[in-house]
Amino acid sequence: MISNNTIISQLRSLYRNNATLSMLIVIFIFLTFLFSIFLPGKIFSVANFQSMAYQLPELSILAIAMMITMLSGGINLSIIATANASGIITATILTKLITADSGNSFYILVAAVLAGWVAAFLIGAINGFIIAYIGVSPILATLGMMTLLQGLNILYTKGYVISGFPPEILFIGNGTILGIPFPLIIFLTIAFIIAILLDKTPFGVSNYLIGSNETASYLSGINVKRVLIWTYAISGLLCGVASTIMISHFNSARAGYGASYLLVTILAAVLGGVNPYGGLGKVSGLVVALFILQIASSGLNLLGVSTHFTKALWGIILIFVIGLRNIKFKNNIKN
Amino acid sequence: MTIKDLSKKYEFYLFIIIISLCILFSFFTKEFLTLENFLDLLTNYSFLGIMSAGMLIVLISGGIDLSFTAIATISEYMIALIIINYNGNLLTAFIVSCLIGIILGCFNAFIIYYFKAPSLIVTIATLNIFYGFIILVTKGRWIYNFPTWFREMRNIFEFTAGNGKEYEIALPILLLLFVFIITYILLNYTFLGRKIIAFGGNQEAARRMGFNIFHITIFVYAFMGFLAGVGAISHVLIVQTVQANAIVGRELEVIAAVVLGGASLAGGKGTILGTILGVTLIAIMWNGLVLMGISSYWQPVILGLIIILSVISSAYSSRKSILGGTKIDIK
Repeated sequence: MISNNTIISQLRSLYRNNATLSMLIVIFIFLTFLFSIFLPGKIFSVANFQSMAYQLPELSILAIAMMITMLSGGINLSIIATANASGIITATILTKLITADSGNSFYILVAAVLAGWVAAFLIGAINGFIIAYIGVSPILATLGMMTLLQGLNILYTKGYVISGFPPEILFIGNGTILGIPFPLIIFLTIAFIIAILLDKTPFGVSNYLIGSNETASYLSGINVKRVLIWTYAISGLLCGVASTIMISHFNSARAGYGASYLLVTILAAVLGGVNPYGGLGKVSGLVVALFILQIASSGLNLLGVSTHFTKALWGIILIFVIGLRNIKFKNNIKN
Repeated sequence: MTIKDLSKKYEFYLFIIIISLCILFSFFTKEFLTLENFLDLLTNYSFLGIMSAGMLIVLISGGIDLSFTAIATISEYMIALIIINYNGNLLTAFIVSCLIGIILGCFNAFIIYYFKAPSLIVTIATLNIFYGFIILVTKGRWIYNFPTWFREMRNIFEFTAGNGKEYEIALPILLLLFVFIITYILLNYTFLGRKIIAFGGNQEAARRMGFNIFHITIFVYAFMGFLAGVGAISHVLIVQTVQANAIVGRELEVIAAVVLGGASLAGGKGTILGTILGVTLIAIMWNGLVLMGISSYWQPVILGLIIILSVISSAYSSRKSILGGTKIDIK
């Protein structure tokens, strides 16, 4: 009886300290329970786990790219366009430069991937410059960048697919190390690095502070402009990494990959506890939220639900989560 | 008003750009500077113009709405349902279309107000909800079997010009004029309009002044929804088909037109004249590019450049600091 009480009180203190995370884990367990009843043997099959392990990383890295800008009180609507632009650049170099007679294709491969990353980083830095130095609202700046990049992507590819990569790069999107899918390893590494970057470095703390109060951060001596440029540049770079996984998974690059990801990345961030006005949110929450969304979307897919319904459902869940946040926030103020 | 006063106005520069583009395009193509082309442009871009007036009000209030294209699509399917299946007349279709717009706009406003959520995130969510459901219900079907009387409704009167050619004035042009006039009156001559501007300029100040923020929010998004309804009817009248993916995706064009007209997301800024000029500039540019035979692949590239350059220039000219307009005196 006594030990039971202590367990409950321990759970309570855990919940109080880490409310979002514990709630997410409860939802996760509930969902897996639900799907294992309705889809016996399907959702927990090896095949489904594998397909989830390959789908999750690219979406997740894009969600982290979205999250760090949201933490600073902004938003990056151009993540998908940036990823596609970066993927198209990598793909072009790969298909144009590597031919049958070129000897050592490994260096070209590395150069192609790096070129895509640098391009994505620069796109992000331009976003950051427009937002921080010129003072354009993040929504309009990244919306303009999104339109421009989408336009350039379509203009360059004419809507076609660029394909035919050397087999080495396919490993990034499809390979396994010790049985663990390689994209998953990349994602977990990035999540770990970003978590440390946000929690333990001056940059990360400044990013949170700017999100909660930009004026106060400026007055307390934080170089707001520089931090914001870095935030958007890192966000761009993450899009580049996501694009490498994406193009090597599909073995092709195209202007229209991942078009439906924008809503899901915002949903994942908000579900994971990121305050839509900035300043609050942890990578751990985001990661659990992403697992939940992946399980839910795989489950709905296996149940044969229409993708349009799934999209509408994501919208409903997003509004629902924002509503819950608001209620919780009000209660916190009352207490 | 002297030239010196004019040169301080943002709209003046837009006007000069439009005139120079007109001169440029008329050199390249003979068809550009004709009354026929002018009326065609006015008809075809009436939808963009109507939506832009609504977006202007939303941006002035400091918000943004991305869901209006989905609202307009739902309205279009309702118009088709009323006209084709229930043999309704144009007025019933118009009223129902606007009502749907107002209801869905209010839905946006309720969520934005009660959940204290950013309008961007809420409207991205509702865009997906509205669009997902309408596709689910209609299966994305195209509808084009409108009755003949509906086709004839498009042009309300025709006239013959001095050179013997026949011209037609389409109903959407009148709807466009109507929308611009009520938006102008709303912004300049009503208490509510001034409240919206004040609210967009400084929300906290507006709240402390005792403005009813709830009423303002409801009105702004309901007005956007109402105009989505009006826009839906004019779009159906022009193209005579209803198609699920015709409008969704065009929200960027609308936003581009409005920010080109000098409105900014910081709120409290923007005029109907600027918006009219912004829409005109985009219409002329698209038309000129088509007449010059430039690939339509360039269109989104130019659109993106327009958005970026106009938000940069408007941010630059307002000389607001990066601190979102707060000026702090430290002595």
